Amino acid sequence: MRGFLAGLAAVAAALIVTAQPAAACAGLIGPNGAVNLLRTTTFAGYHDGIEHYVTSFQFAGGSGQFGSLIPLPGVPDKVEKGGDWTLQRLIRETNPIVRNDARSLFAVAAPQGVQVLMEVRIDALDITVLKGGGPEVGRWATEHGFRLPPAAPEVLDFYANRSPIFLAAVFDADAAKARGQRIGDGTPVHVTIPTANPWVPLRILGLGKNADDRIDADVYLLTDQRPALLPYPFANGMRLDHSAAATSALLTDLRSDKGMGWIPQSGWLTKIAIDASASQLTYDLAVDTKGTSPSRVAAGLQAPPSPTSSSGQPSSDQIALIGIALASLGAIVILRKSQSVTA
Amino acid sequence: MIVRTIVALALAALAASACTTASAAQLPTHIAIRIHYSHFDQTKIDVPMGVPVTFTLVNDDPIDHEWLIGDEAFHARHRAGTEAVHGDRPNEISLPPFSIKTTTLTFDRPGPLTFICHFPQHEAYGMVGVVMVKPG
Repeated sequence: MRGFLAGLAAVAAALIVTAQPAAACAGLIGPNGAVNLLRTTTFAGYHDGIEHYVTSFQFAGGSGQFGSLIPLPGVPDKVEKGGDWTLQRLIRETNPIVRNDARSLFAVAAPQGVQVLMEVRIDALDITVLKGGGPEVGRWATEHGFRLPPAAPEVLDFYANRSPIFLAAVFDADAAKARGQRIGDGTPVHVTIPTANPWVPLRILGLGKNADDRIDADVYLLTDQRPALLPYPFANGMRLDHSAAATSALLTDLRSDKGMGWIPQSGWLTKIAIDASASQLTYDLAVDTKGTSPSRVAAGLQAPPSPTSSSGQPSSDQIALIGIALASLGAIVILRKSQSVTA
Repeated sequence: MIVRTIVALALAALAASACTTASAAQLPTHIAIRIHYSHFDQTKIDVPMGVPVTFTLVNDDPIDHEWLIGDEAFHARHRAGTEAVHGDRPNEISLPPFSIKTTTLTFDRPGPLTFICHFPQHEAYGMVGVVMVKPG
């Protein structure tokens, strides 16, 4: 998963993507094979060539460790604790009902074939930024005790061919309880990513779900000007719910939260609602912040010219695909192997 | 890359072996099944009854899979089973990421048997195949 806003430095477009709690769901494979639905809230903004990505990992109770993998459009400069209310304020702008996501994980050392670029501990969350191809990242996760859903090998390749950067987040429920966190408490995480152009991973939302399972998600984009989007016209469970200049009140409120001083003075707010079955979500959301021509590759409608190697540089087309990869949006939720059961 | 090369060579060798066997006995006694993107590359296989049949199982995925072959009652047990790893029985094979394993079975009665990966969601995802045992 990698949906992130990568910024177009030249365009200086500001992009914000948020997965509404109610909408951003991912499947978690439980010990008995049952799938529990989790929700995640995510916010991503792009300004001056930097993507600021904020998501929240919500404590949903239970014990043990759970995790998710998130594809990123580039290598982050910084991963830190996010502001306390940015996500709630953004959701309230277009929808007064606030719901959050839960996520869990666990991480450890890296096997050969994967580079560990960064390791950060935020409250009960262990976050690892990885660089590697789909097989390498999948193997890393498996070797570190996670069970990926059966669709993961293909989906990891799908995203790694555009960007070999992934963020693994591990939520330690026992540590959360020891910290006094209550069910529903969220841990906001702010990821700062220098990048070029934005796209939002949507296909990843179906990972771990059955074909008929519903996926409800809200994606908020904040750009300097009205963006052009692909797929367009909207279909297959995607619809445009909001498209207007961002209000001064919203921008002011967002700017006043911790670490959010980068919010620009003006911008265009777009809200895309996803109400689809998992089998319908075969695409991502490509965004051209200049309002011209979004990339078909970024939208998942066309394969990249050639896979990006672990050590290679992304092509210009890949850069154009900027990802607003939302951890919450495209989280691959995994369960530690020790908690899994098979026949 | 190295793993994939080894896998390709192994599959090529097995394919050659299978062809040779097939021409001699109508039905193959060496069968290679590759798992990629959580799917078996063969889902309908005819095998002879009463003859040892060797299966080479190649997991080309970065995740765990398993290959369990049996009748419906066998699979009903495994769907509710609790064994995390298999290996003691030739019809129950655990396949770690990027692994190759071989097992030999002799089928003593004609009819269909199914092979399934019983990890959560894998069967629903399509990891199911049928072996049809045919009398000599």
